[in-house]
Amino acid sequence: MAKLPDQRPETLGGYVVHGLPFPVETDPDALAFLKRMAPIQIEQEYKVTYLHSYGQDSPWFAGASNRHLLATREPDSQYTYATPRAHDMYSGRETEWIDITDRNARVHAFTVCHFGSEEFLPETPFVLALIEFEGANTLFLTRLLGVDPDQASLDWIGMEVRPRFLRNSKLKPTDVYFVPASSGKK
Amino acid sequence: MRPVYAVSGGVSKFAKARPDKTFQGVVKEAYDYAIADLGLDFPDFTAIVDGSVASYFSDHFSRQLMSGIMVQDYLGLCPKPGHRVEGGGATGGICFQEAWKAIASGSMEVCVAYGWETMSHVETWKGNEFIALASDVSWDYPVGGFYSGYYAMMVTRHMKEYGTTVEQMAHVSVKNHINAYHNPYAQKRERYTIQDVRNSPMVAWPLTRLDICVMSDGAAATILASEEGLRRLETSGARITRPLVRVTGIGRGTDAMRMSDRPHVDYETFLRDYATEQERGSDETRRYYKKLWDRGARYPGVHSFRAGRTAGNMAYKQTGIADPIHELDFVELHDAYTSSEIQTYEDLGLCRYGEGGPFAASGKAFMPGIDYGLKLPEKPACPVNPSGGLIACGHPVGATGLMQAVFAIWQLQGSIAKHFGDQALQVKDARRGAIHSHAGTGTYVTVSTLEREE
Repeated sequence: MAKLPDQRPETLGGYVVHGLPFPVETDPDALAFLKRMAPIQIEQEYKVTYLHSYGQDSPWFAGASNRHLLATREPDSQYTYATPRAHDMYSGRETEWIDITDRNARVHAFTVCHFGSEEFLPETPFVLALIEFEGANTLFLTRLLGVDPDQASLDWIGMEVRPRFLRNSKLKPTDVYFVPASSGKK
Repeated sequence: MRPVYAVSGGVSKFAKARPDKTFQGVVKEAYDYAIADLGLDFPDFTAIVDGSVASYFSDHFSRQLMSGIMVQDYLGLCPKPGHRVEGGGATGGICFQEAWKAIASGSMEVCVAYGWETMSHVETWKGNEFIALASDVSWDYPVGGFYSGYYAMMVTRHMKEYGTTVEQMAHVSVKNHINAYHNPYAQKRERYTIQDVRNSPMVAWPLTRLDICVMSDGAAATILASEEGLRRLETSGARITRPLVRVTGIGRGTDAMRMSDRPHVDYETFLRDYATEQERGSDETRRYYKKLWDRGARYPGVHSFRAGRTAGNMAYKQTGIADPIHELDFVELHDAYTSSEIQTYEDLGLCRYGEGGPFAASGKAFMPGIDYGLKLPEKPACPVNPSGGLIACGHPVGATGLMQAVFAIWQLQGSIAKHFGDQALQVKDARRGAIHSHAGTGTYVTVSTLEREE
């Protein structure tokens, strides 16, 4: 029978600390002194890759990557969700897809983020906006470009805007963003 | 339902980081304080308590699942019943209410609600990322997930709709920071001016760093009991403060996770489903609201929290409160942002929708006898966040709602001086208070009312 390993291999690197102060003798005084020891803190990395499914919302992302802004609508009440929902929250019925790419749109609320979550810090300052659409009952969260982040103004609320699409889709809601209706070409 | 009494509480020091102890040890500080305040020792209380509810928000912050049971065992409460609740920023408020349910239903005679959060194990910006995961990861997070950004959008709409100003918001920051100056448990005890608030770094326009609460490590615990529980505690030698503090109202509301999905209802629907009793009964207020709607206002939109209004109305109905500002002696509310304190004044009916800004600067929500360095046109009517609130005390999420409960118990017991070592924050002759805990962008909101029995 092969000899089974009974000792873990010693390695350098990782969390190895050389010579952490500790009493030479563990007599009662030394052990009592440990109550006064500062805490040891180590770094732990945590990386995960998720396989995220857009599920019933998937057609929206296919639409955005083909330069169409989709929404959903309850067939009877015509209640329209600018951020799509597959089921209406009032009737519980399945909604239908509609295309709102060319609908009149305005800024409903906004902010300029000068700080942010770690993932978005390199993009600061950026403008977040909630967009309202003619004939839609709910809003859509997006990035607003074409305005000066250093000149934030409540006058931006109500501004007419239009969608622009990334040429190279990332299959994220940021495949679409909005700009003032008056700026540039579609 | 049986009467439920809040007999004791404890709060650990809230701090930017508590590397000196693991979360179990920090919870034990609050737990031990609550037990000691009853005059009991640890084994005696362990023998009496029937079970627990544990409150913490995020598994990400400490990269540890099942933290609840780790606290339960550290506190020596195994094998008694217990469970963990989670509801974002309202986790602590939900925990308090679940403990109330355990007593009110007859399931337990003595229940301890404990909560904590350890937010210091990641950098602030990673912490912001974790918190932003409490927004829809398909639709909201990828656009620039950042809670301060979400709240800033709400307030730009509030400003546009109602004319709320950044100076009015800054009044909230000045008030809460200066209140906390007298609260030794608070993380930030500072004297700021309106200019200090406006000159601090812009985080998400128009919210500056001093408009926003900070991340914290900390814990809180409260002990609730039935009449039989009181008897058992006292038989074991507990000194229960009298008059008793009773939890008389439990309200809770919810709203859609995505702000964009919130409805914009018409005037009739608002009046029927959301108006307070007082608003509905006043010709003048109905005319005021009709005018707002004629001008284009809709409810709740993104500027108001119908979850908060629903929770408040529910708790007020149970408590028999018709005129909150005159029938509440203080409110501890979830001021993660100065703007959300203003929004919450309106949700809780301390003023009407649209009047939160002027209310903030009026002086009505300030403590009497404290020099804020401000010219306030009106006298204090109902101090809001006399403790300093989240903005100054800190916001270790799972502990926050329970911290409010502890401070409310102490206010109603008249024992603020004993616990704070300072009488300044004691609301004189406090008989009834409300605590308000709030999650997400207004997704779960709890309102609980506590009263001193006569």
